[in-house]
Amino acid sequence: MFEFFTQALWSPYVAGAGIGVLSCLAFLLSDRPIGCSTAFVKARGLIGKAMNPVSFKNKEYYWEIIPQVDWAFMIIPGIVIGAFISAFISGQFHVFWVPSLWSATFGYNPLLRIVVAIAGGILLGFGARWAGGCTSGHGINGSIQLSLASIITACCFFAGGIATALVLFRVIGV
Amino acid sequence: MLGLLFGIMFGFLLQKGGVTDYNVITGQLLLTDFTVLKLMLSAVIVGMIGFHLLKHFGHVQSHAAEGSIGSNVIGGLIFGVGFALLGYCPGTVAGAVGTGALDALFGGMVGLLMGAGFFAEIYPVIKSRILTWGKFPAVTLPEFLHLNLWIVIGLMEVFMIGFLVLLEYFGF
Repeated sequence: MFEFFTQALWSPYVAGAGIGVLSCLAFLLSDRPIGCSTAFVKARGLIGKAMNPVSFKNKEYYWEIIPQVDWAFMIIPGIVIGAFISAFISGQFHVFWVPSLWSATFGYNPLLRIVVAIAGGILLGFGARWAGGCTSGHGINGSIQLSLASIITACCFFAGGIATALVLFRVIGV
Repeated sequence: MLGLLFGIMFGFLLQKGGVTDYNVITGQLLLTDFTVLKLMLSAVIVGMIGFHLLKHFGHVQSHAAEGSIGSNVIGGLIFGVGFALLGYCPGTVAGAVGTGALDALFGGMVGLLMGAGFFAEIYPVIKSRILTWGKFPAVTLPEFLHLNLWIVIGLMEVFMIGFLVLLEYFGF
């Protein structure tokens, strides 16, 4: 039984079905979808509040998404811990700066990788809040509820992502 | 602290499913590795039936909200560009940090916090001008199609399972 948990990988169908069950449990026990991007707004708001309380008070967005350590915030430390447990018990944990697919195309340059990752992260956070959710909030949990907006958003995530990845790896990085 | 517990289980499943790996996510966007879609569709196939059965018996309520072109399409496309540049999404970037990815920690997490901050800055400007532009005519897919809920669920399940069977058939 324990061997099942120490396997390096499960079939994506098994892990996916597990996430489907987990999503239903979150609706049942916590009356909310599992979303990840809200946590970054709350964390950013808490940082802003600590650094400049006066200008923080005037930011309308934080009136709607209140920066506090709550359910939506704790999901992110939870994911870090859960993924660490999974990787550690299966011997997959290792520290690295540049993923292999990136270095195979753009070379082993940690600075370049971090700069592009920060740029990507900015657009990701900005876009997620613009669209009102991310791959888990819209892509999985919105689709589960048959939300029209979520299904359209998920298609746009992949349309934008596929187009950009193809330009990055097939045009720029040849 | 139920959120932390759900996060731990979610992160565990994301890592076991292989989607906390930059190479797997980028492979999906390059259409060479379909692990991400297999995982997401499996989650939706199971979750859609589970959620609507629970809802039918009154145990859960819908959180589906109204959407618009200005919010969902524009935001979704901006997200997509960031998705490809970073190679992680807001959930899997946290999972990648747990597996030891420093580009996810010092690149992705830092960028996401900055992006959320920039959005908070421009929110009052775009709120009424762009985010509400081009409202979708319905909240849910059955309302949009004017079809019975369970017929739409049946069609979606057949469509998603059929897509996965075709992927395997063609060797992806």
